[in-house]
Amino acid sequence: MNILKPAMAGTLESSDAQITVEPAEGGVELHISSSVLSQYGRQIRAVVLDTLARLGVEGAFVTVVDKGALDCTLRARVECAVFRACGVEADYPWGGAIRP
Amino acid sequence: MFLSAQRPALIKDAYIYRPDTLMLDLEDAVAENQKDAARFSLYHALKTVDYRGCERMVRINALDTEHWREDIRASVAGGADAIRIPKCESAGDVLTVVSALEAAEAEFGRGIGGTLIACALESPKGILNAYEICVACPGRMIGVAISGGDYRSAMQTSYVPGGIEMLGGRAHMIIAARAAGVQCFDTVFTDLEDMEGFRAEVIQNRQMGFDGKSIISPKQIAVVHEIFTPGEREIRRAEKIVRAVREQAARGVGVFTVDGKMIDIAFVPGAERVIALAKASGVYKGDL
Repeated sequence: MNILKPAMAGTLESSDAQITVEPAEGGVELHISSSVLSQYGRQIRAVVLDTLARLGVEGAFVTVVDKGALDCTLRARVECAVFRACGVEADYPWGGAIRP
Repeated sequence: MFLSAQRPALIKDAYIYRPDTLMLDLEDAVAENQKDAARFSLYHALKTVDYRGCERMVRINALDTEHWREDIRASVAGGADAIRIPKCESAGDVLTVVSALEAAEAEFGRGIGGTLIACALESPKGILNAYEICVACPGRMIGVAISGGDYRSAMQTSYVPGGIEMLGGRAHMIIAARAAGVQCFDTVFTDLEDMEGFRAEVIQNRQMGFDGKSIISPKQIAVVHEIFTPGEREIRRAEKIVRAVREQAARGVGVFTVDGKMIDIAFVPGAERVIALAKASGVYKGDL
């Protein structure tokens, strides 16, 4: 999937994460802020990168503001931000590129 | 219990409150520009959260929106137990959703017919067509629920303690549900500070014959469970009736008294229903 425009998904509420995705070339650059960065930063990074890889995103600038989100919430917010950034609004690949 | 599918804090562990059904909402609780986000949140919650036996129902968006088809795809792909159709007004509405469900079940490898349906009746037309809605899809139809907010608005009235403004709609829907052999549920009570008023309404719901109630807060669960769960006295009486009818029938006697009250075979279905409900609620200790 090609990131065409900036997009955001999620909120700053507890248990959520706000994901911002912007077009970029030459790979994925990821910035994470979290109150539990030292404990879970590696896990957050792994989940976000894995989700982006499943979606076939090869170039993006991604910002994560984590408020204690579970992995399933992180995946949901990343996927939503990416599909918004790609201008997709229907026929999502549930169970394919979108999976737990 | 209604929960916005767009709010991870609510849906990630709602099972701890032990509602019978979790209503994961894609409709009114989700802002128009967040419908897509709510769907992603819903899908992943359905696939990864262990809701410990709570039924997982999804309220999709209404059929006059652009959202409902994708709502069904996400819900079926996620493995939802049931779909709630809002603003349902006809058997045609039900069949439209059934068609989309069948397509989604085939697409995502779920057995055809595996996703159940419940219908919210929110308008005078929906109430009047309650029976045709109830019988529109045997095998999938759980039942119907009346939605008070939109119904009151359409009836040009507003909430009245005691429920006189809802009497006609509630009664018509219950009669239709019973004639069709499906369940019926009452609307939400939105004043979370008025627990006395809530209790009175739930008691009335049970007396009218509802099977349960929609709620919007965990603090309402205990009251509904308490009122809808058969009490000890009710269970003992039901057991007496069932045993007495069997014993008397063996002697060729069709009508007799139990505790001074006339009993005949017509009382058996009600008594058996009390025992069945007691068993389902986990409170039955007898041997029937």
